[in-house]
Amino acid sequence: MQFHKYDVVIVGAGGAGMRAAIESGSRARTAVLTKLYPTRSHTGAAQGGMCAALANVEEDNWEWHTFDTIKGGDYLVDQDAAEIMAKEAIDAVLDLEKMGLPFNRTPEGRIDQRRFGGHTRNHGEAAVRRACYAADRTGHMILQTLYQNCVKQGIEFFNEFYVLDICMTETENGPVCTGAVAYELATGEIHVFQAKAVVFATGGFGKVFKTTSNAHTLTGDGMGIIFRKGLPLEDMEFYQFHPTGLAGLGILLTEGARGEGAILRNASGERFMERYAPTIKDLAPRDIVARSMALEVLEGRGAGPNKDYVLLDCTHLGAEVLETKLPDITEFARTYLAVDPVTEPVPVYPTAHYAMGGIPTNIHGEALRDNDNVVPGLYAAGECACVSVHGANRLGTNSLLDINVFGRRAGIAAAEYAVGREHVELPENPTTVVEEQLALLLSEHGKERVADIRTELQATMDANASVYRTEETLKTALHDVQALKDRYAHITVQDKGKRFNTDLLEAVELGFLLELAECLVVGALERKESRGGHAREDYPNRDDTNYMRHSMFYKQGDGLKGDIRLDYKPVTFTRYKPMERKY
Amino acid sequence: MTATVSEEKAGSRGDLPPVPDGAVTVTLKILRFNAEVDSEPRWESFNVPALPTDRVLNLLHYVKWYVDGTLTFRRSCAHGICGSDAMQINGVNRLGCKVLVKDLMSGGGKPTTITVAPIKGLPVHKDLLVDMEPFMEAFKAVKPFLITYGNEPTRERIQSAHDRERFDDTTKCILCACCTTSCPVFWNEGSYFGPAAIVNAHRFIFDSRDEGAEERLDILNDAEGVWRCRTTFNCTDACPRGIQVTKAIQEVKRALLFRR
Repeated sequence: MQFHKYDVVIVGAGGAGMRAAIESGSRARTAVLTKLYPTRSHTGAAQGGMCAALANVEEDNWEWHTFDTIKGGDYLVDQDAAEIMAKEAIDAVLDLEKMGLPFNRTPEGRIDQRRFGGHTRNHGEAAVRRACYAADRTGHMILQTLYQNCVKQGIEFFNEFYVLDICMTETENGPVCTGAVAYELATGEIHVFQAKAVVFATGGFGKVFKTTSNAHTLTGDGMGIIFRKGLPLEDMEFYQFHPTGLAGLGILLTEGARGEGAILRNASGERFMERYAPTIKDLAPRDIVARSMALEVLEGRGAGPNKDYVLLDCTHLGAEVLETKLPDITEFARTYLAVDPVTEPVPVYPTAHYAMGGIPTNIHGEALRDNDNVVPGLYAAGECACVSVHGANRLGTNSLLDINVFGRRAGIAAAEYAVGREHVELPENPTTVVEEQLALLLSEHGKERVADIRTELQATMDANASVYRTEETLKTALHDVQALKDRYAHITVQDKGKRFNTDLLEAVELGFLLELAECLVVGALERKESRGGHAREDYPNRDDTNYMRHSMFYKQGDGLKGDIRLDYKPVTFTRYKPMERKY
Repeated sequence: MTATVSEEKAGSRGDLPPVPDGAVTVTLKILRFNAEVDSEPRWESFNVPALPTDRVLNLLHYVKWYVDGTLTFRRSCAHGICGSDAMQINGVNRLGCKVLVKDLMSGGGKPTTITVAPIKGLPVHKDLLVDMEPFMEAFKAVKPFLITYGNEPTRERIQSAHDRERFDDTTKCILCACCTTSCPVFWNEGSYFGPAAIVNAHRFIFDSRDEGAEERLDILNDAEGVWRCRTTFNCTDACPRGIQVTKAIQEVKRALLFRR
């Protein structure tokens, strides 16, 4: 066991983690612990842009952006947080430019902006050009730029350190976060990092689904750790399906393609979004487009030999627009489907993309212990957190914005909390939980394979908890997930070694996936309405009377077998009254 | 080094998953090494059912998940963006997630063998997983960040679309190390900065907003700098992002020759 002492420890080195590190690193002694080399993080896969009402190319203002975010989130958004995000978006983009981010430019040399789903002029009149972008690799450029600035600042990284637990110390003022426990992949050694503040920025958990835009490594580790500590998770039933994944593969094709003018068509070539969203058509928010695509397929209007996808038509954009503004997705279609977007429409279908829910925080990134109290010293930002600026459905580009605005806020808050405070003593035996967990996984206690359980989990989640859900499908999913949890108790890990034991790593990750999948399904079963990313065939309407509230998930009992206790948290309103959502 | 087909291992983790329609069996020959147990690397072969549309990464996962859990490699995004899974595939540097089986199939129904080995020139930790630290150190040494002096503007810096285009190609780099570890100069002398570091220096040297070009050019004028490049073009061929790596290195050389 090795021991380290820092003021601030940041867990995760994607956009949110590194944005936090840039702030924290200049104020307090900071370490970043990351399962992956920072530039491997999935922020790098984001494509289309980052919205901010710069008004560089047409009239715009942050109030319109706030409204779009709240309406896009089907009114489950906490309005104070959305207002902060839209307001601070402008500086967030300018900060990135000053750090060196190579945004595309207007003819006048300003940051160029493009249209994106759900972002409108004057409360829904028409699509507005609000997304700042760097071709279709905006996320890549954000990740690179943040990493470059971490290098410039000499931020201390512990690469390939997999955090498996946090340290909580009981004080007279309640539980306080005092550090993190990490497994060093290179050596198999356990490290304890004592800290005054810990920031979680560990990303999403898309790997509960089979068809997903998410990386193999997105297994919800941070959310899982928090949940196992008895701390709440929020709004886990709200999972976003991005409309345009490459059919059958799930690889993301940016909404920026439709922002540049691409059109979704069904088998007969009809522009079907005209029927579902007459005003902004293909640029409706993702939940509406994904549902519409699923309906087209369910009603027999899908394209292809099995009528199981629709088509993204970019052919009228011309080779130059595709090669200069959308080069990466053009290449993805060519490489993985052997389809050339310049000459043929691309087969697409919704792909599991983004968790709206996560670790509940306030606007300073402080993690909540319950509806009213924070855990001193514990912070979260990015996809693993739930502020909630995305409500029931995130608008495109608002995740790159979220990581920059709330990553920055969490970094500042954590550092300011840590400065001038003494370390609180660690709990006794901080490594026991992790050591026992790893020893159990490495011992011989069954014949179940990680890959089989994971494959079955992903299959049942795709079949039963995807774009459309019913009581029946969700009950099937819950039954399946619980049975898989039982089988997880009997898995065997073949690699017993110390060095880079990724076999063991995958087994740990699967444990988190199972627990988070169960939260998602339990939340979806309980929410008997359709709102944003949560669409129930048996309850097709939004029900503000009974369900205008956040769900809070608490784990009860020990081990994977523990139950989930559901509680609720009110939505914060400032100036916008819920209305029917029409586009 | 010996080559053995590990069929006896097949099923050692239980039954194999059903073979999908249209799959053919290919031999995946992997250079294995684990410093915990091996004194030398060894070739090991696995028979793997593969669809023509499978990525080489899918075949490696098949082995790891169903045959031999000790097989070790890095991967994350699985579509050529994160840069984790650089490896030698049939002798050339590629990302495992960007090479499809159909492009490696033997013609005329002959059996297909795909060889996979770790990228060259970096110490191997375990199987395909190498020590990336020397590579990252070379990257950091070229000051890969925007350097400016004076007061910051209140709004964004102005940059013409033309000036932005000047360094567009080198902004695509994902630091996968395919280029650097395909370079014969780097194989011989690991102290050479290597193509990736120069690409990242280029990205800033030719950015009209940057004021650190001189500092970087001084660094690259060093004995381990750009003059080591022998324009072999391996790096350009290896880049999974299609960056004109050799051209970028040449542009840095020209900047050194013609700078004031």
